Amino acid sequence: MSDVYVLGVDMIKFGRFPDRTVPSLGAEATLMALDDAGLTIKDMEALYCGNLGQSSGMVGQRILQEIGQTGIPVVNCANACATGATAFREAWTSIKAGLYDVVLAVGVEQMGKGLLGGTGGGKGIPKEGLLGSGTMPAVFAEAGMEHSRKYGTTFEQFAKISVKNHHHSTMNPKAMYQIETPLEDVMNSEMISYPNSKLMCSVNVDGSAAAVLVSEKKAKELGMERVVKVKASILSSDPYQERDLVMPDVNTCTRKAAKEAYEMAGVGPEDIDLVELHDCFATAEMLHYENLGLCKDGDAGRMIDEGEVALGGRVPVNVSGGLLSKGHPLGATGIANIYEVCTHLREEAGERQVEGAKLGLTHVIGLGSACGIHILEKVN
Amino acid sequence: MTMALPVVDYLKLPEKGDPYLEGHKCTDCNSIFLGERSVCSNCSSRDKMETITLGRKGKLYTYSIVFRSFPGIDVPYISAIVDLDDGGTLKGNLIDCDPDPEKIEFDMPVEVVFDDALGRKDADGNSYISYFFKPIS
Repeated sequence: MSDVYVLGVDMIKFGRFPDRTVPSLGAEATLMALDDAGLTIKDMEALYCGNLGQSSGMVGQRILQEIGQTGIPVVNCANACATGATAFREAWTSIKAGLYDVVLAVGVEQMGKGLLGGTGGGKGIPKEGLLGSGTMPAVFAEAGMEHSRKYGTTFEQFAKISVKNHHHSTMNPKAMYQIETPLEDVMNSEMISYPNSKLMCSVNVDGSAAAVLVSEKKAKELGMERVVKVKASILSSDPYQERDLVMPDVNTCTRKAAKEAYEMAGVGPEDIDLVELHDCFATAEMLHYENLGLCKDGDAGRMIDEGEVALGGRVPVNVSGGLLSKGHPLGATGIANIYEVCTHLREEAGERQVEGAKLGLTHVIGLGSACGIHILEKVN
Repeated sequence: MTMALPVVDYLKLPEKGDPYLEGHKCTDCNSIFLGERSVCSNCSSRDKMETITLGRKGKLYTYSIVFRSFPGIDVPYISAIVDLDDGGTLKGNLIDCDPDPEKIEFDMPVEVVFDDALGRKDADGNSYISYFFKPIS
């Protein structure tokens, strides 16, 4: 099976674009990724498109209707917040299978404002606020408090994660926000679902990101100067856990995917130079330091206290600003994370560059659940 | 006047006796589920489910204090995950407890109680019975 490389990758600056359409946002990132690869839509053999909000709306085809209807196969996929990573993995799979040499993966989302989730729907009466809360801030707060019960993790430690990621985003012009948020601001911002305050919740934004993936043969033909190697691509679903019915589990599926990803790449967590992980809430990031093996179980609080996960630390996490400050357009997030890691491996990340980065890992979680992990390697 | 209805299918309101919560237990692997099913999602066994009555006592496993919810929902309230002493896990509101992390302890003993569903009614005007968790002092 051929190795797979990212030849071109880009994302638009995340923001709120109520006057745009989903296909137009997707088309913009697609053209940027094609330009980055030095190719055109006519060179593409297939398109894998990730979008959640219009998952029955043929978004991939509508992107081609904006930039070139070449008749290539289009697959539209939806996998909650793992949607973008799933589209990227489908593209990877098609090259691995030997079907194609040059394919596109696009992730795009247009979001409203406000709370996601909720225990609504079904017959009878609304259950939100009656049988607990199904809002995302509450669900991830409960997951974070499980860490607190095991290891005594504090509200302040969770808040420090948000301080870090907002600080990182001040160096990322493509992030939604470039604003420092000191610890007291994070801890005193409106409490949404304890221990997640407003500044500890990811930002709902519109955005898109795209990547051109190529086979080894094609990479050699087109030039290896800026390519990034995909060392591992893993997708998992949630293995049975006893509290599944009331508490979606984001830990077990991440641990399973991480183990398989490290095996596929032939590396360990100690080899990883930077990580973009799924910080949909500050509480979630804490869990994934351990789930991804960046530290031992119970050591995550110390990691954030001692700055090991900040830019300049042992293993910088979410130097893009993460979902907390860069923003979280659900279907685009999984490819935007890949863009961030590739940008560091290409030594093009400017002020926020992780010096000497050779290996990076991206991680997303779609609640319900899907976990997507990619390990990317510098080539030149 | 019509009878109050159960808020979820697994809350049972017998004509005689107290309300109770019903679980379904896999006799092969002992996994406990809420709601009827015939296949176990843990061990994949088929047609090995037995109907059980869930216990009324449990311990607080984890929680969040919800300060912002959807419009019309009263806040703050405690969204709690409770492990029942006799097996099974439930999610619901923890009542009669200050919504203050200083006052909430992991593993605090709680009891499942049944009451009107906070005055909520469906489109036909039916009222509902729900379950809540209450600290056992």
